[in-house]
Amino acid sequence: MIFEAILFYMFATVMIGAALGVVFSRNPVHSVMFLVLTFFQSACLWLMAEAEFLAIVLVLVYVGAVMVLFLFVIMMLEVNVEAVKRGLTRYAPLAIAFALVLVVELIQLIWLRSQDIQVWSSFIPNPEGYNNTEALGAVLYTEHVYAFEIAAVILLLAIVAAITLTMRKRPGLKVQNISKQVAVRAKDRIRIVKMDAEKKS
Amino acid sequence: MMDLIPQFVIDLWSSLPPTIQYLTIVTWKILFVMIGVILVVAFSTYFERKVIGSMQSRVGPNRVGPLGLGQPFADVIKLLCKEVIIPAQSNRFLFIIAPLLSLTPALAAWAVIPMNATFVIADINAGLLYVLALTSVGVYGVILAGWATNSKYAFLGAMRSAAQIVAYEIAMGFALVGVLMAGGSLNIGDIIEAQSGGFSNWFLVPLFPLFLVYWISGVAETNRAPFDVAEGESEIVAGYHVEYSGVAFAIFFLAEYANMVLISALTAIFFFGGWASPFEGWTFLGEDALLRQGSFVWLFAKICFFMYTFFWLRATFPRYRYDQIMRLGWKVFIPVTIIWIAVESVMAWMQVGPSSGLAG
Repeated sequence: MIFEAILFYMFATVMIGAALGVVFSRNPVHSVMFLVLTFFQSACLWLMAEAEFLAIVLVLVYVGAVMVLFLFVIMMLEVNVEAVKRGLTRYAPLAIAFALVLVVELIQLIWLRSQDIQVWSSFIPNPEGYNNTEALGAVLYTEHVYAFEIAAVILLLAIVAAITLTMRKRPGLKVQNISKQVAVRAKDRIRIVKMDAEKKS
Repeated sequence: MMDLIPQFVIDLWSSLPPTIQYLTIVTWKILFVMIGVILVVAFSTYFERKVIGSMQSRVGPNRVGPLGLGQPFADVIKLLCKEVIIPAQSNRFLFIIAPLLSLTPALAAWAVIPMNATFVIADINAGLLYVLALTSVGVYGVILAGWATNSKYAFLGAMRSAAQIVAYEIAMGFALVGVLMAGGSLNIGDIIEAQSGGFSNWFLVPLFPLFLVYWISGVAETNRAPFDVAEGESEIVAGYHVEYSGVAFAIFFLAEYANMVLISALTAIFFFGGWASPFEGWTFLGEDALLRQGSFVWLFAKICFFMYTFFWLRATFPRYRYDQIMRLGWKVFIPVTIIWIAVESVMAWMQVGPSSGLAG
């Protein structure tokens, strides 16, 4: 129990520290790396709650794919740090207001929840043979199958929209037709002409 | 075996609290696997040079030790003794941490790989996802190295690598969706169990297109020839590790080879039955025939075969052009995997093949 509590507070502290680092670090690439650390720590917290599927998928999707694209974009852009800093002070009141609203909502939620169920001092261990992936699948494909399919369609739509928005055909671009290149045979390219040897006069 | 251990050692062991016992056993297991992987990596550099040498009618390394077998150690000592130069305009912290970021996931993924029927460090339910997540984290080392160096060549290498790995990651993930459908589980031990019964039951047979996609994407993920545009020594000098020297370079090298061994092991596990023997179904050999027993030797033989294929590819093919790599990943592999997953679900529905159990 005490070991779990120590682990929990350790992960939580590092996570909060990393989240602050995302906002306050001067270098955008450092910010992204702090965000990666935040994701890792929240994955660790989920692992402690025995939600292994969610934890690993968080790392796989956010750290493995989304943040790589983030880094990709941020490295390509020349970010003007001074301008960003000025933006930070200008938008600070708005950000603080949003943060306060979120905190109030969270506290209210925790308070409401603590009314009807008793608060546990630690994570409740699941029964033996519990499989997070199986449990999640059983709920997702039965009770919430409608919402699941709607989400899938929306994502498909987003993919199609992104491709149509960014696709452009530039005229005059020299591209190879690869299947044509592969299918080429020697007889299409050279013609062997038979002719008699000429006599020297 | 137990008689060889003196009684007081056994007493001391059983007097320890179970947590300490568990930690000791796991630590020894981890050490065992790590040292094994690092030795395999060391000798695969020797193996590679010998294979490519013989393919190009050369002898390869033959000076250090008998048959040149001491060559890997000579190389390691040379690299350890060299000076690590950190460029003045680089981002010092990220420059140093980048090689570690590329090595750690490559080694951590071995935690869920079963070596034989009983030996595995962590037998977790979502083992397949864990492997996929860790192999995708490895790209950070390459990207950060390229950026932190503050050199245009290194940066180009990092950009190429990032785009390439994101592209092939998807094809790889889809290929593994097929594997988990056939195996009916995310646990790697269960996936190997599902392939028991000799080579005709391996997932290679029903999932052949997925095997090809997985293997080629694996070569692309490890940035090996013919997909080594991230290094591309003839175009962008050495890509992301152009400014690395000494130990820092050695760690990148180690990470690349550890990733190759990992991909070989994973291909063996997902499509070639892992530690299972290919002759398990040959009942005429007798009940306890050694050939029919699954063991680590089979896994090792399969890993060696795939390592050989890596070197074979490198000696055979010229480097892919960048736009062709992207075309292959996005326009060929992803459609192929999606179609084969659909074919597989039809197979499951018609009750043929390994995934027939899913229909019920």
